[in-house]
Amino acid sequence: MPGFDFSNYNRNAALHARGVPLPKATSTGTTIVGCIYDGGVVIAADTRATSGPIVADKNCEKLHYISPNIWCAGAGTAADTEFTTSLISSQLELHSLSTGRKPRVVTCMTLLKQHLFKYKGHIGAYLVVAGVDPTGTHLFTVHAHGSTDKLPYVTMGSGSLAAMSVFETQWRGKLTKEEAIDLCSQAIQAGIFNDLGSGSNVDVAVITAEKTTLLRNYIRPNERVPKLKSYAFKKGTTAVLNEKIIKKEELGNFISVQEVPVEAEAMEVDT
Amino acid sequence: MAAMFSQNPIMNGPNYSFNDAPRVNAPEGARQHRFDPYTDNGGSTLAIAGADFAIMAGDTRSTSGYSINSRYSPKVFKIGGTTSDQHDATLVLSVVGFAADGEALKEKLDAICKMYRYRHGKAMSVEACSRKLSMILYQKRFFPYYAYAILGGLDEEGKGAVYSYDPVGSCEREQCRAGGAAASLIMPFLDNQVNFKNQYEPGSGEGHALQERERRPLTRQEVEILVKDAFDGAVERHIEVGDGLQMMVITKEGIEEIYLPLKKD
Amino acid sequence: MDHRPQAWGRPRDDIYGAYDASYLHSNGPKQATQAPIVTGTSVIALKFKDGVVIAADNLASYGSLARFTDVKRLRNFAGTSVIGFGGDVSDMQYLDRHLEDLAIDEAYDTPEPSDATAQGHLNAANLHKYLRNLMYSRRNDFNPLWNQILIAGLDSESKPYLASVDLRGTTFTAPSLATGFGAALATPIMRRYAETDEEASKLSREEAVDVIRECMKVLFYRDARSMDKYSLAVVTKDGVEISETEQLEKQSWAFADRIKGYGTQTV
Repeated sequence: MPGFDFSNYNRNAALHARGVPLPKATSTGTTIVGCIYDGGVVIAADTRATSGPIVADKNCEKLHYISPNIWCAGAGTAADTEFTTSLISSQLELHSLSTGRKPRVVTCMTLLKQHLFKYKGHIGAYLVVAGVDPTGTHLFTVHAHGSTDKLPYVTMGSGSLAAMSVFETQWRGKLTKEEAIDLCSQAIQAGIFNDLGSGSNVDVAVITAEKTTLLRNYIRPNERVPKLKSYAFKKGTTAVLNEKIIKKEELGNFISVQEVPVEAEAMEVDT
Repeated sequence: MAAMFSQNPIMNGPNYSFNDAPRVNAPEGARQHRFDPYTDNGGSTLAIAGADFAIMAGDTRSTSGYSINSRYSPKVFKIGGTTSDQHDATLVLSVVGFAADGEALKEKLDAICKMYRYRHGKAMSVEACSRKLSMILYQKRFFPYYAYAILGGLDEEGKGAVYSYDPVGSCEREQCRAGGAAASLIMPFLDNQVNFKNQYEPGSGEGHALQERERRPLTRQEVEILVKDAFDGAVERHIEVGDGLQMMVITKEGIEEIYLPLKKD
Repeated sequence: MDHRPQAWGRPRDDIYGAYDASYLHSNGPKQATQAPIVTGTSVIALKFKDGVVIAADNLASYGSLARFTDVKRLRNFAGTSVIGFGGDVSDMQYLDRHLEDLAIDEAYDTPEPSDATAQGHLNAANLHKYLRNLMYSRRNDFNPLWNQILIAGLDSESKPYLASVDLRGTTFTAPSLATGFGAALATPIMRRYAETDEEASKLSREEAVDVIRECMKVLFYRDARSMDKYSLAVVTKDGVEISETEQLEKQSWAFADRIKGYGTQTV
């Protein structure tokens, strides 16, 4: 891995010493949880991403793919959780191809902790690692400094205490899949409603030996209240000082255009 | 301190964190634990004046850090009634920022209004009260009440009046004002929807000759809708705003209180 | 060598230098409480149909040391209200003495009624306002009492009353309240049972006590500055019942019986 580019380090340190503040990263002030049940493991997350007190994303995805049977829930700096999980995901895929075996959760956890330990906590990724592999069902937490933990139920992020209050009152040794899903989503909802860093919807992933089921927006307890009136403006409300219209056919005069058929899902837009 | 009083989103908004800025003059490794007399209890307030009414509103969430102290902790208070139940009050004060200072400010202004009523046998006018509030705030210029106050009532002509303040007593009568955590989110909406800023009459001219949309006083129903929509919007994007919306509608008949639920996440 | 009795047992000046007594002189700036020293952790409380349940454990910590293990942090005020203290224990004891004086003064000033909540007696709402003013004026002097306090009792209409005051004079009320660690860990549990005053008014005394006991258990599981011995009080219009020798029951630590190590270990 080529690693990070430190070429602006000296310049930034000089600016920093003169009082220029650091840019603020989007953080997933978050509730994430995981819980083992008989036959698999469930992880869940809320979907709020914040930048200071402002909600940056109301429905972000905090459940990250590692391999078909290993998934990660990420809290902390959004970019760090995304890049760290995708880096380890690719390393694990290569490792799996070269050994000809299915990736193991302990391998994923070890790669993550060794990567994070190397950066002494500067990579702000706090992860719940869960999966099922030939050796069984596993659930870990990995902290940004590289420490790990192994427990039957775990919580992380700013809402970890609210979520833990649910596990500590309702968790039992033997759980069915439905009970584990319900317990995890209850825990996330405790975070959503009692922790300001967490909010919006509940995402759940259920991992068994056979398959992984990603239940995106499993519960949506915070639908946006419709506005009481329409704020559509009459056409011409905005002042226009001058106007130049370039037709699609003339676009070729300015740039080279090549039509590509797109079949992506439609973007979510207000009506 | 400068950052504390700033409502400028560039300074304390989402872009940069002053907490991350290096401490000037702090010797390396030296750490002294000092008592910080201020905290921020979050929340937002909003006031709009109409032709013959004024609406004061605030959310009812009280926060500290990432936790919710209470889902019902009012920020909007009736002021200057004869008794503690304020049934005959004519003025409304909203305070947001540091809740203890807000409460102290409210208690002080209420006591002064009550003394005025006792001495003069009539309720304090909103003009007189607005002056007094400015004085109270400025008297603590070097240990300020960390509260953004808005005073609402009806003026001598019966028109809706809204006076807004900064924490050290600068006072201005306005048509509308948002205060607190989501002020920077709500205020541009108000400029556009109450004062019709950036709106022009379609087809009324070319370029600079285009006519601005003419201002007109909003009806009570229109204002109530704007207030609810403003808070629904703020709740979506600000983590410290939510739980409930408390509205006080001041008319010549008296003050009507309305409570509406907001999202609780 | 100085053999005078005045010098017995003192560090020798010729070795250690003269004793620096400057801190004893009062001509410097006054030193106010800058940090709590011996501290109590969470206090939690929940309203129910006819009153309020409040609890706090009996531990006073000195940093991470469990220093005193039988400190009573719930206080009965005039038989009408209970005050729960979190934060600095010396400030709590100061407030305790102060409130004792207040209760005695009040008892002299007002005749003893048969009903403790009758007009003329300080009820929990009055007491809350009194403590708010006290704490706020101390913060204005930059000399705070380093506590967060819950006040449980009844208001002037004999309805359950629960409110909080902290070292800055910030106040709020809610159907359930918790200080310190409990604010993050216990309020989510209590809000499941009593999100609103209306829901709280449907809780029976037994249900409320059970919820509080459950919260104390979770706090003991997860708060490193907590203890399994605690005090629990119930305030109703019949008065105050405080038990200071509660013991956590039915704890379960078997959650990790199949877990080995923290990572790749399997044996």
